[in-house]
Amino acid sequence: MSLLDRPREVMRRDRVFDFMMPNPLDAARLDTRHGPILYLEDITVSFDGFKALDALTLYIDVGELRCIIGPNGAGKSTMMDVITGRIRPDHGQAWLGQRLDLLRMQETDISRAGIGRKFQKPTVFPEHRVVENLELAMAGPRGVWSTLRQHLDGEARDHIDSVLTEIGLESAGHSRAGQLSHGQKQWLEIGMLLMQNPQVLLVDEPVAGMTHQEMDRTGELLQRLAGRHSVVVVEHDMDFVRSIARTVTVLHQGAVLAEGSMDAIQADPRVVEVYLGE
Amino acid sequence: MASPQTSATRVIPERPWRRLLHGDMGGRILLGTLAVLIVVIPILNQGVSPSSPFHVSDYTVNLLGRYLCFALLALALDLVWGYAGILSLGHGAFFALGGYAMGMYLMRQIGDRGVYGDPILPDFMVFLGWEQLPWFWYGFDQFWFAALMVLLVPGVFGFIFGWLAFRSRVTGVYLSIISQAMTYALMLAFFRNEMGFGGNNGLTDFKDILGFSLADPQTRLALFVASAVALGLAYLLCRSVVRSRAGRVVRAVRDAEPRTRSLGYRTDHYKLWIWTLSAMLAGLAGALYVPQVGIINPSEFSPLNSIEVVVWVAVGGRGTLYGAALGGALVNYAQTLLTAMIAELWLFALGGLFVAVTLFFPRGLVGLLKRREDRS
Ligand SMILES: Nc1ncnc2c1ncn2[C@@H]1O[C@H](COP(=O)(O)OP(=O)(O)O)[C@@H](O)[C@H]1O
Ligand SMILES: [Mg+2]
Repeated sequence: MSLLDRPREVMRRDRVFDFMMPNPLDAARLDTRHGPILYLEDITVSFDGFKALDALTLYIDVGELRCIIGPNGAGKSTMMDVITGRIRPDHGQAWLGQRLDLLRMQETDISRAGIGRKFQKPTVFPEHRVVENLELAMAGPRGVWSTLRQHLDGEARDHIDSVLTEIGLESAGHSRAGQLSHGQKQWLEIGMLLMQNPQVLLVDEPVAGMTHQEMDRTGELLQRLAGRHSVVVVEHDMDFVRSIARTVTVLHQGAVLAEGSMDAIQADPRVVEVYLGE
Repeated sequence: MASPQTSATRVIPERPWRRLLHGDMGGRILLGTLAVLIVVIPILNQGVSPSSPFHVSDYTVNLLGRYLCFALLALALDLVWGYAGILSLGHGAFFALGGYAMGMYLMRQIGDRGVYGDPILPDFMVFLGWEQLPWFWYGFDQFWFAALMVLLVPGVFGFIFGWLAFRSRVTGVYLSIISQAMTYALMLAFFRNEMGFGGNNGLTDFKDILGFSLADPQTRLALFVASAVALGLAYLLCRSVVRSRAGRVVRAVRDAEPRTRSLGYRTDHYKLWIWTLSAMLAGLAGALYVPQVGIINPSEFSPLNSIEVVVWVAVGGRGTLYGAALGGALVNYAQTLLTAMIAELWLFALGGLFVAVTLFFPRGLVGLLKRREDRS
């Protein structure tokens, strides 16, 4: 790196003048006129020379429900880490809409800009009631003084109630989150994402450990959410994927192996080989 | 059944200051008891003849006043331990700092009535051969200034300690240990004569407060009432804090700090804020305590004192506020009883109590009562 790179980086116009930076909080300004809301182009991530993602290119449309499948180690979680800013790729581009460069944003800014991620393991606040969990996740000021003075106005209550209904926990609103079943905790966690009005929902293995009934309800929930949000689901369970997927992307060795409808994917000999060869 | 649309968020009160005691039976009992004490004790002390069995002696009034100060200290600790999950083993330091601030005021009220008769310098300074009042003693001849310092000194000290600790993400047992080290260091510092706080002997021989003699039964009564009012108001303050959204964030920090951080909350700010508030309340307790016992010395900083406060809170019921206050008063009452009988045994009794609470009733007395309630 040349000595000049650093001063140049510091003096870049969009860094120096705040008003040149796109405001990540202003989700309404997301420019999605060109269709996709999430652009990943040529993303490469290597860990000690091993390429977890290898020139991955992927577009997610507005309101789409996309399932990502792939054998263990294919790079699915790494891809989510890149989108949420936990990992910086070696190469490539990642944009939210046309204007927000994810690779230049902090994790918290990315989440505020409208990308919500549900981790594999549910992490709700067990001692808080379900509604309080949702309240904690609600978008809004997070400083001590504001939360000290803030009370739930009608709008916030409505929001909490609508999310509660959406995730099917309206009768459990008063229960402590720790008393919920495993499946209900997963839904609550999705609800906590929804409280932040995300544009894009990243959902990692939502039905792991669920009963069949819970799986069905989770599938219905994710399908309801698609349309208003873009939903990206990473899942192992093929039956589940078949039940909800419109478009499926198969990752293999850090790159897209195939993309299309579930039937087309399953007929693809390369996909069959990858899964059988595992 | 009510429609879920209206019932779901009902548990979160719209205006916490109105529904502060909503569903808080323990808190109502506490405040009710305090209100009754404020009315009844003065009558039984002043209005009933000393020969009557209903008479409450000056000594008892004084004792009750002290218990209320301990209850307030326990309340302050419960705020950080019960709600933010920060186990402080150094809260006695804030109590003592508030006590010293009050002691300095009382010291300067003595004026020329001291042994050496110096109109400005307290006796111990004359004894040490000092010619001038140290700068940090300025202003303490004014009650309003001392009252401010009672809150500010522990507050600022707590803020700095908390800022350093929470910003560097010191948590759990490490925080407990450094809080203990803090109070120990303060004790050693205050033992030194050069510090200017009376060294070993501390501050004592107080004469009056706001012009009223401390030896007067009425003054003691007034101090008792002031302690009761302070405890009641502090309870309401703590209750409004834990019922607020900020209070729910603080509990979230206690249960899952990284998750709370990932939701975008600056958890260190929340901890710092509640820690500072708690330090100020502990200082207030100390300031009310000192005129009632007539002395403040470095032994108040002793690490053992801070550990005792933890026991009070655990015995009363951690994370309930009123339970902590109950524990603070009850354990000290038990101490008075036991010490009168068998002084040497008290520390063993206290240790045994703590072990028993931890093993058999982890939710304290309040938990025991609640369990009864649940069963019936
Ligand atoms: N922090 C890391 N350090 C080294 N290797 C990693 C790291 N994270 C992931 N990997 C490797 O990258 C590959 C892709 O991992 P991951 O994205 O978790 O796969 P998936 O979620 O599809 O199962 C795996 O081979 C994994 O071992
Ligand atoms: Mg994974």
